[in-house]
Amino acid sequence: MADNSPVLEVKGLSKSFGDHEVLKDISFTVRPGDVTCMIGASGSGKSTCLRCVNLLETPTGGDILFHGESILKRGFKTAAYRAKVGMVFQQFNLFENMTVLGNCVSGMRHVLKLDAATARKTAVDNLIKVGMGEFINAKPRQISGGQKQRVAIARALCMSPQVLLFDEPTSALDPQMVGEVLDVMKQLASEGLTMVIVTHEMAFARDVSNHVIYMADGVICEEGPPEQIFKNPQNPRTAEFLERFIR
Amino acid sequence: MTKREKTLKFVKYVVLSFLAAAAAGLFVAYFIETTGRIESEGLKISSMSFMQIIVFILQKYGLSMLRGAGISLYLAFVGTAGGCVIGFICGILTTIPSSKRDNPVKRAVLYVVRLVINIYVEVFRGTPMMVQAMFIYYGVKLLWGLNLENLTAGLVIITVNTGAYMAESVRGGIISVDPGQTEGAQSIGMTHFQTMLYVIIPQALRNIMPQIGNNLIINVKDSCVLSVISVVELFFASKGAAGAYYRNFEVYTVTMVMYLIMTVSLSRLLRFVERKMDGPKNYRLAAGDQLAPTSGMLSAPKREDVRDGR
Ligand SMILES: Nc1ncnc2c1ncn2[C@@H]1O[C@H](COP(=O)(O)OP(=O)(O)OP(=O)(O)O)[C@@H](O)[C@H]1O
Ligand SMILES: [Mg+2]
Repeated sequence: MADNSPVLEVKGLSKSFGDHEVLKDISFTVRPGDVTCMIGASGSGKSTCLRCVNLLETPTGGDILFHGESILKRGFKTAAYRAKVGMVFQQFNLFENMTVLGNCVSGMRHVLKLDAATARKTAVDNLIKVGMGEFINAKPRQISGGQKQRVAIARALCMSPQVLLFDEPTSALDPQMVGEVLDVMKQLASEGLTMVIVTHEMAFARDVSNHVIYMADGVICEEGPPEQIFKNPQNPRTAEFLERFIR
Repeated sequence: MTKREKTLKFVKYVVLSFLAAAAAGLFVAYFIETTGRIESEGLKISSMSFMQIIVFILQKYGLSMLRGAGISLYLAFVGTAGGCVIGFICGILTTIPSSKRDNPVKRAVLYVVRLVINIYVEVFRGTPMMVQAMFIYYGVKLLWGLNLENLTAGLVIITVNTGAYMAESVRGGIISVDPGQTEGAQSIGMTHFQTMLYVIIPQALRNIMPQIGNNLIINVKDSCVLSVISVVELFFASKGAAGAYYRNFEVYTVTMVMYLIMTVSLSRLLRFVERKMDGPKNYRLAAGDQLAPTSGMLSAPKREDVRDGR
């Protein structure tokens, strides 16, 4: 990509729930085409960080820039921003009242205001891409977890997001279904989609990402290319954490 | 549903309809025979049997009682529908999120709106509908010199009363929708209004269908309290019939049966509507030809490819 200026810049982000300080001075940058993986122990604040980026939580300090513009300033168009920065959730969050196709079409129709034919075509294309083309008529409660997550990814893709955030997309899935979702994400990475992925799948983070952030207790302990984090961690805490996953 | 289950269900329906038709036919035959006898033999009401009195009452007051039942149904349907509209408006207004970051005007307006709705709900849920009927009917007359027609007044009262109950039901229905649904909608850029309209309200509506049905059935029965402002619904009509011959037991037997027929058929109807809302239990796999024409030349894979993608 010609323009390599950052898509997202998180600067000194902090977040407290009451007097519980969950995030402290988090800073990182996401450039176009980056696949950033956030790893870390449970409760270290990964989800909270991602939710702040999507404004599902309001940060209590610091700033987040989208193409250089603060998303926290007064009067910022949150909905329009979210249409460009998609999110995939651990619990899928598919619309229970709509079919698989309806889930994908609704955002394009109501948010992007596309016409019905274009929306349907894009939805079907994306559903085929994640291997869910056959299931367009099914309701979310009629398909498996792995299938739901692939539909959720297709729904996010339909919005043609500039960045896609994943919050533990495979944590609610059986090992067998994990593979099918990770395969889809690998494909997206190879196509150059910019992604920020919170995951406990270390092998996936090592193979697919080009930037890894290790978080502990609300701070970034270490960040760098996967080779550094997984082969030659600079921080002893990173080494200790990773020892449990990779031998 | 398997074929066998379908057949069984069909047979059940046929048998039940046949039984119902037979019972109705028998009663009509008895009705005609008895009316004939009452005429020809000049029977006095004091010497009639229980069933003969019922036939006699039906002959004299059947129509006016049927009309009363019609009014009861009318009150119930309009009241429930109108109550739902009020309920949804209140429920949606009370669940608008407000954070400290919003501007003070918006927060003040929201506060006042919530206060007004709370007062409305407490007042109309916390007083008997019979008293509300008197209060409004005579209040309007006294304060504004307005002479509301009885039925209109009845419709207003039952609607406003149901609205107060529905406001709470809808609020509960909205709150009980998984917050993940809201986050999913917001994550693709929907505004609060769009999220409500396309995602939350349809699910809330499905959640509270049983309560709406309950309210409808309650309204069929409770519309009888509107007889205090002389709305001629089933109970009022029955009172007229009973007063004419001092035959309370027989008349109210008929009234009981009429109410029962209405409520039982309504609860069946509501079940049916709920099942329709849930949509089909199964879905059909989309075949390759259903996908291909819409997906363009480039990315329409063969069916095998779709399979492999799993
Ligand atoms: N809404 C909330 N209110 C109060 N505390 C919260 C809230 N959400 C998260 N927390 C706290 O923030 C901390 C970080 O939570 P978070 O969900 O971000 O962790 P995580 O790194 O995503 O963990 P996991 O790997 O288990 O998902 C936890 O201690 C949690 O208790
Ligand atoms: Mg988490």
